[in-house]
Amino acid sequence: MARLIFIIVCCVGWGSTLLFAQKAEQIKLKDLQEVINSPTEHIQVINFWATWCAPCVKEMPLFEKLNAENKNVDVTLVSMDYDLDPNPEKVHRFIARKKLLSKVVILAESDPNTWIDKIDKNWEGALPATLVVNTKTGKRKLVQQELHEGELEKLIEEVKN
Amino acid sequence: MKKLLFLIFCIGMLIAAAPVKNGYEVGDTATDFKLKNVDGKMISLADYKNAKGFIVIFDCNTCPYSKAYNERIIELDRKYSAHGFPVISINANEGSGDSFNDMVRVAKKKAYKFPYLQDDTQAIAKAYGATNTPHVFVLAKDLKVAYIGAIDDNPRNADGVTKRYVQEAVDALIAGKTVPITKTKAIGCGIKWKRG
Repeated sequence: MARLIFIIVCCVGWGSTLLFAQKAEQIKLKDLQEVINSPTEHIQVINFWATWCAPCVKEMPLFEKLNAENKNVDVTLVSMDYDLDPNPEKVHRFIARKKLLSKVVILAESDPNTWIDKIDKNWEGALPATLVVNTKTGKRKLVQQELHEGELEKLIEEVKN
Repeated sequence: MKKLLFLIFCIGMLIAAAPVKNGYEVGDTATDFKLKNVDGKMISLADYKNAKGFIVIFDCNTCPYSKAYNERIIELDRKYSAHGFPVISINANEGSGDSFNDMVRVAKKKAYKFPYLQDDTQAIAKAYGATNTPHVFVLAKDLKVAYIGAIDDNPRNADGVTKRYVQEAVDALIAGKTVPITKTKAIGCGIKWKRG
């Protein structure tokens, strides 16, 4: 009996993680460009990642921490999984498993060659990549590799002024 | 004499002030290298006396894009080495799954007929400006860079490809024509660089 209750509790717990976890919205390039270009008071921190990308998963806690602690920046985690697998389920499961609280979106666009330059002409398409933008001045920094402790804060400082 | 010295100084300043370019652009001359192949031998492009050019691919064992393109890379070599454009695959990744022994294992399992070289200092990947895996540099004769970018426009599905960038570039070089598309970009795994 105790075992049965234990199983039920586990199932409910697991189910609620899935139920209450955010579902990533599928967006188009123009939606992403709006995030990058629309002037706001907040610095935009945009991280390009994928569920299969080990260094992306490794650096993700840095963005979660920034999202929780710094109210003057907007963190957006842009999943690039669509290119290899258009089914969003893998991303949704990842969000639930990692209990991500930062805003996650899926960029649902094919043929990246036609739009990578429109996100940032210095980006070669490598993951992970992080774009930090001061939307009021247009000042931006792009990093095409895994970030480490303290580096995000430095990038934010650099685009601030 | 003073004027001449001043002129030399000015030219020197111009060279020094020129922005440092990250890797190659189409039209640049690529560097040759000497890197260790999975069979233990050191390989240079200069070893290929009869080559008319090369399909240099920065690749790795661990990236899902590399896995998706694996058969297509083997096919490129099968098709074009006979035409004097062999595939030269280079792994510059640091980290687990991409050690020399792992490379030997993958090359054996997939029966690579082309060299799979380890760029353990990452100097060649940096010189070429490779960022992703797989990242292709098609070189013409005299190692002139003719194409940089993706293999084609559909990593997910080889049957759904509409633009075969590398094939079109090599076909053009073989036919003595202008390469139609010289640069493309693709989503891919970033090369895992050493820290520091």
